[in-house]
Amino acid sequence: MKHATRMKAALALALAGAMGVALDAAAQANEIFVPALVYRTGAYAPNGVPWADGFVDYLKLVKARDGGVNGNKIAYEECETGYATDRGDECYERLKSKKPVAFSPLSTGITYALIDKVPADKIVLITAGYGRADSVDGGDFKYVFPMLGTYWDAADILVQHVKTKGSLKGKKIALVYHDSPYGKEPIPVLEALSKSEGFELLKLPVTHPGVEQKATWLQIRQQRPDYVFLWGWGVMNSTAIKEAIAVSYPRLQMYGVWWAAAEPDVLPAEMAAKGYNGLALGHSSESNNPIHKDMIKYLYDKGQGTAAKKEEVGSVLYNRGMLSAMLTIESIRSAQGKYGKRVVTGEEVQWGAEHLNLDAARLKALGVDGMMQPMKTSCSDHEGVRKARIHTWDGSKWSYTSDWYESDAKLLRPMIKASADKYAAEKKFEARDCSKVS
Amino acid sequence: MSATARNLTVAFFVLLVAGAVSPMVIGSTKFPQWLEVALGGLLTGVLYSLVALGLVLIFKASGVFNFAQGAMVLFAALTLVRLMEKMPFAVAVVATLAVMFALAFVIERLVLRPLVNQEGIVLFMATLGVAYFLDGFGQALWGSEIYTLNVGMPKEPRIILQGTFEGGVLLDMEDLVAAGIAATLVAALMLFFQKTATGRALRAVADDHQAAQSVGIPLNRIWVIVWSVAGLVALVAGVVWGSKLGVQFSLSQVALKALPVVILGGFTSIPGAIVGGLIIGLGEKLSEVYLGPTLGGGIENWFAYVLALVFLLFRPEGLFGEKIIDRV
Amino acid sequence: MIYRETGQFKTSYASDQQLFPILQDRVFVIGFLVFAFGVMPFVASEYMFRAILVPFLILSLAALGLNVLVGYCGQVSLGTGGFMAVGAYAAYNLAVRVPDLNLLVVFVLAGLCATIVGVLFGIPSLRIKGFYLAVATLAAQFFIDWLFARVKWFTNDSSSGSVSAPPLAMFGFPIESPAEKYLFVLAIVVVFALVARNLTRGAIGRSWMATRDMDVAAAVIGIRPLTAKLSAFAVSSFFVGVSGALWGFVYLGSWEPLAFDVNRSFQLLFMVIIGGLGSILGSFLGAAFIVILPLALNQLPAALGIRLSTAMISHIELMIFGALIVFFLIVEPRGLARLWAIAKEKLRLWPFPH
Repeated sequence: MKHATRMKAALALALAGAMGVALDAAAQANEIFVPALVYRTGAYAPNGVPWADGFVDYLKLVKARDGGVNGNKIAYEECETGYATDRGDECYERLKSKKPVAFSPLSTGITYALIDKVPADKIVLITAGYGRADSVDGGDFKYVFPMLGTYWDAADILVQHVKTKGSLKGKKIALVYHDSPYGKEPIPVLEALSKSEGFELLKLPVTHPGVEQKATWLQIRQQRPDYVFLWGWGVMNSTAIKEAIAVSYPRLQMYGVWWAAAEPDVLPAEMAAKGYNGLALGHSSESNNPIHKDMIKYLYDKGQGTAAKKEEVGSVLYNRGMLSAMLTIESIRSAQGKYGKRVVTGEEVQWGAEHLNLDAARLKALGVDGMMQPMKTSCSDHEGVRKARIHTWDGSKWSYTSDWYESDAKLLRPMIKASADKYAAEKKFEARDCSKVS
Repeated sequence: MSATARNLTVAFFVLLVAGAVSPMVIGSTKFPQWLEVALGGLLTGVLYSLVALGLVLIFKASGVFNFAQGAMVLFAALTLVRLMEKMPFAVAVVATLAVMFALAFVIERLVLRPLVNQEGIVLFMATLGVAYFLDGFGQALWGSEIYTLNVGMPKEPRIILQGTFEGGVLLDMEDLVAAGIAATLVAALMLFFQKTATGRALRAVADDHQAAQSVGIPLNRIWVIVWSVAGLVALVAGVVWGSKLGVQFSLSQVALKALPVVILGGFTSIPGAIVGGLIIGLGEKLSEVYLGPTLGGGIENWFAYVLALVFLLFRPEGLFGEKIIDRV
Repeated sequence: MIYRETGQFKTSYASDQQLFPILQDRVFVIGFLVFAFGVMPFVASEYMFRAILVPFLILSLAALGLNVLVGYCGQVSLGTGGFMAVGAYAAYNLAVRVPDLNLLVVFVLAGLCATIVGVLFGIPSLRIKGFYLAVATLAAQFFIDWLFARVKWFTNDSSSGSVSAPPLAMFGFPIESPAEKYLFVLAIVVVFALVARNLTRGAIGRSWMATRDMDVAAAVIGIRPLTAKLSAFAVSSFFVGVSGALWGFVYLGSWEPLAFDVNRSFQLLFMVIIGGLGSILGSFLGAAFIVILPLALNQLPAALGIRLSTAMISHIELMIFGALIVFFLIVEPRGLARLWAIAKEKLRLWPFPH
């Protein structure tokens, strides 16, 4: 019987091989390939869909409006990950054969899985607003770019913000987090801050997918923390807000990280979510920038848009997906500035991403003025900018309710260094010395 | 029942009760706080019972352990919420019911009839397939975003017994209304089963397929009816859960919550589904709130299963189930 | 004509009882192994290795393990993902805490850890069966998921809860390139397939099958249900545990408990059902089918000029899986393996059917 196994397997493999070849042929030589790891199904689809739409729309816009980057066409392909690490890994392997320059997996779990692989494959990993916090250190993480902000910044900024309302000494802060690498990421910083600021930290994990939170919120009702930080994703966020309502926890004292502060999170609770706060990663739900007008003009008026409804353009997560794609495109452009206006490789885009300089004028030219802060990356700083502010849901829309905060480098820098060095030691590789990198 | 099994069952419940009240005895928990958690648990338990009920109905009548019940909940809720965009609520409910009945008919024709007289486990795996198909089909048809289902359930909680205890006891009104709906449905089903001719026919089929058939009860039609009733239960569960959580993919996961309930209560017993639901709901919330912090939290996901598993070891038929007898 | 046993006389017990009694089978197997070991590493692209061959082989191993339990012994388990996780985390801890341990030793010990856990959760099978048992094994699945997510010791105090495997090496040789990984996995899977084949046709395999067909009757003719069921759980969990370790170390590289959640258990059960219950070959066919179907679904519509959205493809994938499960259960409960056997029957006479 066993030969049969082999035979059938061989057939299957031959079939798959043929497909692989066809796939290779499809990728044309004069295109820059940008893969889109998305999730449009499953428990995280409500949040995954707008991000994916924004990401893909920006690539489409570059194609339709500019004809590519410096005359080089952009090709893209979506791959569904379902927010599952192994499926993301599969997508990475599948799309790798098309010579992609940069991945944006939109999942901290997938980021962790890919971090070990990208240096060997020479592919850039742009994790705008998520991913592994210590990868800010480009010495150890050459190919990983947690641009715009990491969860360590977010934790620090949230604490800074609640501190403005009075000393935290003797106060209680509850962290309600998604029980995955994503949700666990801020814990080291919050623990360090709880020591220095003197507040008590309650850690309340919520299991995937996050629809079971009754017990969590009963605990909150009993412990009566002064603030709740919500580190959720997908359906977990809206459930958390609903459960908060069910135990009468004041929404004003709730703060979501920037992934727990978008329309799909608050809309299911409708008016009752009023007063709920969240971090805004540079942008909120701006929808009248030149970039949005271009989206409508070049894509939606021609029926080419990805989103099901035109109104989705400009929603919080749509904007973030758009900015992620923009950072990828700008990294490509920056690489072309050094290596020539041709189809660049992943290795060249690494240089581009490491020398990205988006100042206010450039952001204005890109049409995203006011949606992100000027940023500049370098070998020792793969993040570029570490600022955020608070926005609050008023029952129908988000509006800013605080000034800009910048995370405390004195606190975070040593932690990043220690953690990144530990990673290098674990993986037994030599870190780059950033003082010698031009 | 053997004496050992009886003693073990008694011991199990004594332990359970002891565990439930222990936070007040050992810990510093005050009674009102405990009561809040217990109430929350009981109300959640009623909702589990609602899904478990669908499982028991189908199992009783056709011997199928219907894993697709969760998928049916999602499918019903999705259909309803998308139809409500186009028509008034009442019309949408009727239309959704029609869809669920059609679904029952199709499942009977395409899945159950060809598999008649197969072993239970084969039928179980077939419903796994049905569950996958429905998950995909429902989302392909109606979309996979999160939809708000507003049927006017009260959202704000109420504080009761404020005079008796300091701070009062919090009561989730939404859960309470949901529990009321569930109780009404159970009562209606009981009446249907006990008092109508169809109900009696259903019970006859449940007792013995062949005997029922030999006295002229049409098996196929009975199955369509049972699956339709299960569809109705799924719709009610979908409305209740969907209004709580929003209608989205995770709704299909509530089936996983209902499994330990039927195991504990017994597969063939409607009262079992209700008592089992209450025990599981109560145990889950108390354990999560009082044991969770020590163990690291998130234990409610397996607590119900382990509870059911331990119980199965000395009482394989569950609380109210029929005794399983094997013959060569 | 092509597949004919005529003239192959068995003149000794040894030749009658050999692994592949039919000449053509032997030729095929040897030919295929030569191809898999000797030719494949040179012709396959990196994509083939990483996205198809390696996951296919590892999942085949897990499906093989599950098939021992479900197909041969009739005990349905929905906790396979959990047992894979035990293997993966055991291997991780061994590799991290005992740095100089040989990789093979690590995998075998990881398998043994999974065996212990598997037997422990197999104990209820002595009292309950059918879907009662299926639900009971879900307890294992959820408990194990929780354990590795919550107990920090198992993840070596990793702050994110995600662990990554150390670089692979054996006897000083690194296993780095996709082809090396493929050969490593292939060697292990071939050995395990051989073991499974021999176990299932031996006394122990027959006691499993007797238990599956009717456990009360099996007990009457003197097969101890305790030994039969628990040995099936032990062997199955060992296979599954090793495959879990391979999945983590060779395929994923770094992982979190969600990689082994209940969907993995369902996926493996589907492989076994579609491939064929109670068939070694079926485990491989089922794994191949489930690994390749999503890839094919992704490519086919585009190749045919139909544009489907990513979401629609995933939905269709779910629908096809669901429909196929029902289809196979109704039409061919023994799965793809049975279809292959039928094809062989036909080949006996073809092309001269008279």
